Amino acid sequence: MNHQDGTQAAHEPGGEEMIQLLTPEGRRTAEGPSAPYAERVAHLDHAALRGLYRDMVLVRRFDDEATALQRQGELGLFPQCLGQEAAQVGSGRALAPQDYVFPSYREHGVAHTRGLDLAQILLQFRGVDHGGWDTEAHNFHLYTLVIGSHTLHATGYAMGVQRDGLVGTGDPERDTAVVAYFGDGSTAQGDVNEALVFAATTNAPVVFFCQNNQWAISEPTSRQSRVPLFHRGRGFGVPSVRVDGNDVLASYAVTAEALERARSGGGPTFVEAYTYRMGAHTTSDDPTRYRSRAQEQEWRERDPIDRLRRHLEAEGAWDESWASDLDAEADAFGERLRAYVRAIEAPPASSMFDTVYASEHGTVTADREWHAQYEAGFADADGDAEIATQGGAR
Amino acid sequence: MSQTVQDRPAGNEQGAAAPPPPTTRLTLGRAINEAMRRALEDDPKVLLMGEDIGALGGVFRVTDGLQKDFGEDRVVDTPLAESGIVGTAIGLALRGYRPVCEIQFDGFIFPAYDQITTQLAKLHNRSRGRLELPVVIRVPSGGGIGAVEHHSESPETLFAHTAGLRVVAPSNPQDAYTMLREAIASPDPVLFFEPKARYWDKAEVDLARVATAGSAASLGTARVVRRGSDVTLVTYGAATHVTLAAAEAAAAEGTSVEVVDLRAISPLDTATVVESVRRTGRCVVVHEALTFLGPGAEVAARVTEECFYALEAPVLRVGGFHAPYPVAKLEHDFLPSVDRILEAVDRTLAF
Repeated sequence: MNHQDGTQAAHEPGGEEMIQLLTPEGRRTAEGPSAPYAERVAHLDHAALRGLYRDMVLVRRFDDEATALQRQGELGLFPQCLGQEAAQVGSGRALAPQDYVFPSYREHGVAHTRGLDLAQILLQFRGVDHGGWDTEAHNFHLYTLVIGSHTLHATGYAMGVQRDGLVGTGDPERDTAVVAYFGDGSTAQGDVNEALVFAATTNAPVVFFCQNNQWAISEPTSRQSRVPLFHRGRGFGVPSVRVDGNDVLASYAVTAEALERARSGGGPTFVEAYTYRMGAHTTSDDPTRYRSRAQEQEWRERDPIDRLRRHLEAEGAWDESWASDLDAEADAFGERLRAYVRAIEAPPASSMFDTVYASEHGTVTADREWHAQYEAGFADADGDAEIATQGGAR
Repeated sequence: MSQTVQDRPAGNEQGAAAPPPPTTRLTLGRAINEAMRRALEDDPKVLLMGEDIGALGGVFRVTDGLQKDFGEDRVVDTPLAESGIVGTAIGLALRGYRPVCEIQFDGFIFPAYDQITTQLAKLHNRSRGRLELPVVIRVPSGGGIGAVEHHSESPETLFAHTAGLRVVAPSNPQDAYTMLREAIASPDPVLFFEPKARYWDKAEVDLARVATAGSAASLGTARVVRRGSDVTLVTYGAATHVTLAAAEAAAAEGTSVEVVDLRAISPLDTATVVESVRRTGRCVVVHEALTFLGPGAEVAARVTEECFYALEAPVLRVGGFHAPYPVAKLEHDFLPSVDRILEAVDRTLAF
């Protein structure tokens, strides 16, 4: 049975409706509805464009190194953001320091733009931490693995920003927006829909940034929706836009507009960044079972990094010595990641009890004490373990 | 019955000579309302969220008048979406707020179960203690009001089985007031199960009796609410009233029954129960939640481990049967009753 009648077409590139400022060939464009967005990137000079390129190169190196480390048995699992660098770096670089990000678990590019040392992300995939970084230091929340749950957290956080009086003050250093990053699969989750309801009815300063990478593990977007994903937002009364997610400039411009709307009191925006998951879902996945080599090849030709490189070259902004310095920087970054990961030790077993609660909880205290006594029993040189014979200690 | 309830914490009994503190006669529902009102007054970061809690004052009128006095931004009528209520409360807590959510009825908490168990309970741990989630989820709970399906349930076990949550259940107006103040002050998420059938019980409430700042220790302490020597009845929340009634009836038949009100099932104050059962040698656990794998099973296991040589009989349980909560006309056959509790007391004495 073909469930996809009439739905697959909804997830093809949006043609005139898709905002694009850089063609796959690396030429500037600003046709039709894209035209108003050109001015939002007009201030990006060659140095800024090279900065975006550098961001994407370093993030891709991170992906490559982490994937290799998983293959070497140093990480348990790793989800690549391969192919989504432009959507993530472009949107991330549009953020102000006071803005707050709620990522899913593939937002390494956004993490990089928030100043997070990407090495810290690997603590989670090394199996030594469920989080791994100081969220407040970067205004970048922990990865959320349950699909879509964090879109509600982002909305609630934005409701808090409203109550703090940090919307529509006109002060660009105070007005604050919140961004939730999620994927095409998430749009089927109830929580994402509830988040849109709450955000719309409260006019919360939150941007719903949906990276449609076209694959929810093995399921194409047509399994999630029979309309283009950005039409979903419109159904909730939320301004919605589809952007070429492999175009770093358009991703930047569209996000800048959405953030401005949020900060100024205009409420939420839904962005569908149309992109492609060039890699596997995670290192445990095997895309050869469900998608064609031809499709992968087609998207390799739309690689977001190559696109910006072509543009830099066409603009005369490409500089070989700068490029080779960047290669060296990426190599050094990779080397540092490898050394860092290999040196990470497992935390002590007792740490599992440390932060279950913020205040004393008798059950945890008893478990901790019992466990300490149990461990101490092994340490006794005489083998004379003094383990409580009554499990009652627990 | 209320005169048999020992309201004071066990450590404060020496104050017999001191004049009693000024009290106000309140229903349990009003005591909860008063706790929220004072929390809203004391801390601008406290806010209430739920369905119909504004102009209506909640379906049980527990939030009556609060939106009028504190405004729509602090007493928030939310969209009709429980996962959304708890999920946005988490976000507000991450921004520094202290949300108190109302779930309209026990049976409607399940859309929020994912947010509560995978996010709310775990974020403090996931962040290695960097983040705190001071979120209270109030749940009118339990049966006995002749309601339709999904309006009479006791799902507390499902939450107590998740580390990271505190699960409490007051049984009387004073505890409802004091424990809710403590729950709101707690840096940890608290599931607050309110005995909806007892919303209209009246008692004297000392409104000055609140937690010391930052301390939630008493949230996890059980209390001996009736002294006795033959059998210990362990109960909490909605079942406490009927358990005390059964103790009174047993006394008339010459059996001296001690009653422990657990007040919390996470953490479970085993020490108070063990101390009691070591004296009486017999233990019966009473609750409305299903008996099978319910809190009584945990109490029985703990008591068996720690009171093994003091026990005169196995620990018995009186709780809900393994059936969906029945139609209203049968609910009194399902809920623990004075007769069912006395039957268990007789069985444990006959052992």
